Amino acid sequence: MPFRGSAVTVYLPIAELSVNIFIILGMGAAVGFLSGMFGVGGGFLITPLLIFYNIPPVVAVATGANQVVASSISGAITHFRRGTLDMKLGSVLLVGGLLGATAGVWVFSWLRRVGQLDLFISLLYVVLLGTIGGLMLQESLRAMQRARNNEPLPLKRPGQHNWVHRLPFKMRFKKSRIYLSAVPIVTLGFGIGVLTSIMGVGGGFIMVPAMIYLLRIPTNVVVGTSLFQIIFVTAYTTMVQAATNYSVDIVLASILMVAGVIGAQYGVRVGQKLRGEQLRALLALLVLAVGIRLAIGLIVTPEDIYSVAVGGLSY
Amino acid sequence: MRRLLRSTLLFVFAALASPAMAQVPFGQASTVREGLEIGASTSEIAIASDFRGADLTIFGALTNADELFLAIGQYDLIVTLEGPKDYATVRKKERVFGIWMNTQSMTFEQVPESYSMASTRQIDSIDQPTSLNDIGVGIDHLALNPVGYIPDSGLIGEFRDAYRRLKLTSGLYQRDTSGVRFVSSSLFRASLRLPANIPDGVHVVRAYLFKSGQLILQKELPLRVVKTGIEQAITDAAHNRPLAYGFLCVLIAVITGWGASLIFRKD
Repeated sequence: MPFRGSAVTVYLPIAELSVNIFIILGMGAAVGFLSGMFGVGGGFLITPLLIFYNIPPVVAVATGANQVVASSISGAITHFRRGTLDMKLGSVLLVGGLLGATAGVWVFSWLRRVGQLDLFISLLYVVLLGTIGGLMLQESLRAMQRARNNEPLPLKRPGQHNWVHRLPFKMRFKKSRIYLSAVPIVTLGFGIGVLTSIMGVGGGFIMVPAMIYLLRIPTNVVVGTSLFQIIFVTAYTTMVQAATNYSVDIVLASILMVAGVIGAQYGVRVGQKLRGEQLRALLALLVLAVGIRLAIGLIVTPEDIYSVAVGGLSY
Repeated sequence: MRRLLRSTLLFVFAALASPAMAQVPFGQASTVREGLEIGASTSEIAIASDFRGADLTIFGALTNADELFLAIGQYDLIVTLEGPKDYATVRKKERVFGIWMNTQSMTFEQVPESYSMASTRQIDSIDQPTSLNDIGVGIDHLALNPVGYIPDSGLIGEFRDAYRRLKLTSGLYQRDTSGVRFVSSSLFRASLRLPANIPDGVHVVRAYLFKSGQLILQKELPLRVVKTGIEQAITDAAHNRPLAYGFLCVLIAVITGWGASLIFRKD
């Protein structure tokens, strides 16, 4: 059915479809609000939402990565000013991130060629959102329980060492005040880079817990340093996606970014007023809902079991 | 209806009755051969990005037609507009462990991305399906050759049917079996539907003249479809200068993010 041209529709040149500008603005603002409230990049919400709104997954992922650049930059500037950003640690992470993003785009193009990209993106999201949402919900419910019973917080033992600290190629990170092997840092960066290019996420929601619990990096530098890595990896991914898959929609990205950064400002204010564990439980429910919606899309019988793609040879 | 399409006004070629003397084969009964002319006032169509589809009218003239054959309707015309050709891959989903995934695919060699057809009547009553297959006229008779060797011919048929059905539902393939009308005894007018999602590039208008179910003449005319407007400029930039385009996307993100942190800065 052809879209009626009117003042509220805007044509997305790369996605090749007309959309209601207010829906896109609303999506950007809502995700921006949530990302400000919870301190997350929002890529893992924006990409599935775009897919639900019939934006081709190829475009949703590449444009999502572009949007994360904008939503991460103001946070990174703040952390840089406050001095809670470890440049050396961030650079080592970035080396892994850029390698991972390169590998990820290669896998992305290959999956697209063999016609399994849409399925793979959805599956990865279902697994990731299901796991993260489940863990977060469990953790926040437990915290709420504790608060109700007035139990003290479990003691953290930051000095504790694990297998990660026995790896070779150790480096000294002055700002973080740690002496750590480069191997797990590069590996973590690599994994996040792959996720950035295949899922269009910044990956902060995985990187931050991994840095705290696995690498035992002091909490105060973790967020700033992960944002530093996210900006460069998402910017790089945007460039590579634009160059190989021509799938970054500049119109869509611009609308999302403007709405997103404004929404984030209000989200931050609301987030400061709400209690942490309630906030986390809400986010967990939201993440789970998005994951379940994607899972349903995989199981329900499609309208047409055939599809046609133009151009290029595929096998 | 919506007259978004500029300069589709096409005019009739003054029928240059050129008796093709040398072309009459020895022994053939007819002394003069029919002539077919089609014309367009333009070889280029500019389409804005808010294009919602339009009709393209092609005028043509039939010269030296046999009055008797004309009177009893023995002349038939098929006019087509073929879009640029490319490979097309059809994929089929199947349920695997409860999840729908693409399991089979077939790629067809160089098929037109869009195809609009108009004719004087049902094309299968104009000519035999086999001869239509030979000349590749009509949506059901377009050559759809799979790339590589596929032993199962039933599978080929299944994917060909799916391809045609998908193209028809998307509007890229269209047919109008009463789209060609004679406006006088020798002048005809063909209405071809241009879909909203028409691909840009060089399209070809082809006119086929049938006499008593035999293809006797064929004419073609190139027609360039050019998309205009800011949206097309963006698409062109994304494909022709991808690195600069990607850089611009990142730059916009940096400015937006940075700008917001300056505007909303409180400390």
